[in-house]
Order: sequence, then C-alpha cells, then structure tokens
Amino acid sequence: MVESLLMYLKVLLVGGAICMIGEIIIITTKITSARILVLFLMIGAVLGGFGAYSYIAEWAGAGATLPITGFGSALAAGAITGAKTNGLFGALSGGLIATSAGIAVSIGLSYLVALFVSSKTKKN
Amino acid sequence: MNNEKRNQNYLKYVEQKSPKASWFKSLFHAFLIGGAICCFGQMCGDIIKSYFPLMDILLIGTWINVIVITLTILLTAFGVFDKIARFGGAGTIIPISGFANSISSCAIEFKKEGLVFGLGAKMFYIAGPVIANGVAYSLIVGIVYYILQILAVV
Repeated sequence: MVESLLMYLKVLLVGGAICMIGEIIIITTKITSARILVLFLMIGAVLGGFGAYSYIAEWAGAGATLPITGFGSALAAGAITGAKTNGLFGALSGGLIATSAGIAVSIGLSYLVALFVSSKTKKN
Repeated sequence: MNNEKRNQNYLKYVEQKSPKASWFKSLFHAFLIGGAICCFGQMCGDIIKSYFPLMDILLIGTWINVIVITLTILLTAFGVFDKIARFGGAGTIIPISGFANSISSCAIEFKKEGLVFGLGAKMFYIAGPVIANGVAYSLIVGIVYYILQILAVV
C-alpha cells in the first residue's frame, strides 16, 4: 500500500515537473504549442536514443511515459529494438510500430468524431 | 521617429492592460493538471495490470496512451477539454492529451472547409510537425543504430 502510494507520488512529481518546465518555457518565450510539442518530442527522442529515458520511465511509470517526451523516446527506442531484431527493415519500421496504436487512435477517432460534431461559434 | 515613439507607448499600454496571470499560479496549475493526468494514466495501468498480470510493460504503456487519447478526443468533442486546458495550460499540452486534442480540435474546427482539404488536411496543423519530426528522429536513430551494429560498436 505504502509502496503504491510512493509510486503515485513519483508519477505526480515527474509528470508535474515536466509540465511545469513546459509552462516556464511558454511563459518566458511565448512559444506556440506546436513548437513546444516538437521541442519536448526532440528531448525525448534524444534521451530515448541514448537509452536514458527507460530508466526514468522505470522509476516514474506513467509520469514519464505519458508526456510527449515519452512518445519521442518510444519512437527512438522502437527503432533500436527493430534494428536489433529485424535488421535494416526493423530500423526503418520500428519507431512507427511502437507508436502506431496511439497515432492511429488519435487520427482515426478524431476524424470520426469530427464527422459528427460541429464547432460551436463562441459567443463572448 | 514620432511614429516609433507612439508604437512604443502603445506596446507599453498593452503590457499594462493585458491580464497578468501570476507566475506561481500558472506553474502550480500546470504541475497539478499534468501530474493528475499522469496519475490517472498510472491508475489505468495498475487496473490493466491487475487483470492481465503477464502483460508486457511496454504494451501497458501503449494501452495507457490509447486510453488517455480516447478520453481526450471525447472530452474535446463535448467541449469540456477546452475548459481544462484553459486552467491547466502546459499541464494539458505536454502530456499525450495535448497531441490528441490538437488533432481533434483542428478536425472539428476545419470541418466546415470541406472533408478533404478542410478536415483531412488541416487536422494536422499542429500534429503534423510533431509526427513529421518524430518519424524523422526515429529514422535517424534506427539507421545510426543499424550502422553501429554492423560496425560491431554496440
């Protein structure tokens, strides 16, 4: 019980800290959200490529895998696992295979939902 | 010269009048919402683990992502996510929910411009750069690792 509570504390700390760093960057540089997503993705991919991110993910669980840095590290780690098991073909396909479920759901479900939902014109 | 001075005065005026969100408050909100989303993900992972104890940790991570993405898209469709995002700031952008929200909100927004060039093309307005960059990094990492493997470095 105590162990599980400690894990949630770690998840809250790491996940919250990553978001807080993002908020600091947004406040100080007034950067747009697309740029901030790409920036964090790049940091995650670099850490994942050097194999450092898996240690953070092991320590903090979803606090590390759920932010977009985890997405970037999954892309890099997937390419490495692919290269190990399937050679060049694996190196080319591994990254997308590792993240395919998330990308497919976010694109496909968004498309389907948008077919049925219309944007409401905001009245200020 | 005179014009320049006026512009500067105007900028100063805008600075004074625009609402100042206090630093501490917005940082705290980002921390709280971001941490809460991650804790929710961890909870989903724990529930999945209790039903499927043999499941691979990477697969559980993927399932957590899928659950959070699905919920984000549904909340965006009902217009609830906007309110959370206004409160949470980067706390909703940085987790995978920001990625999902950027696709679904653009899709809903640009649907009126047509199904192909509106919905189909502009839903990637924010997510497109993210996916393009991500795939490029993954390609670089994969090929570099493959070459290093051939050279027997790793």
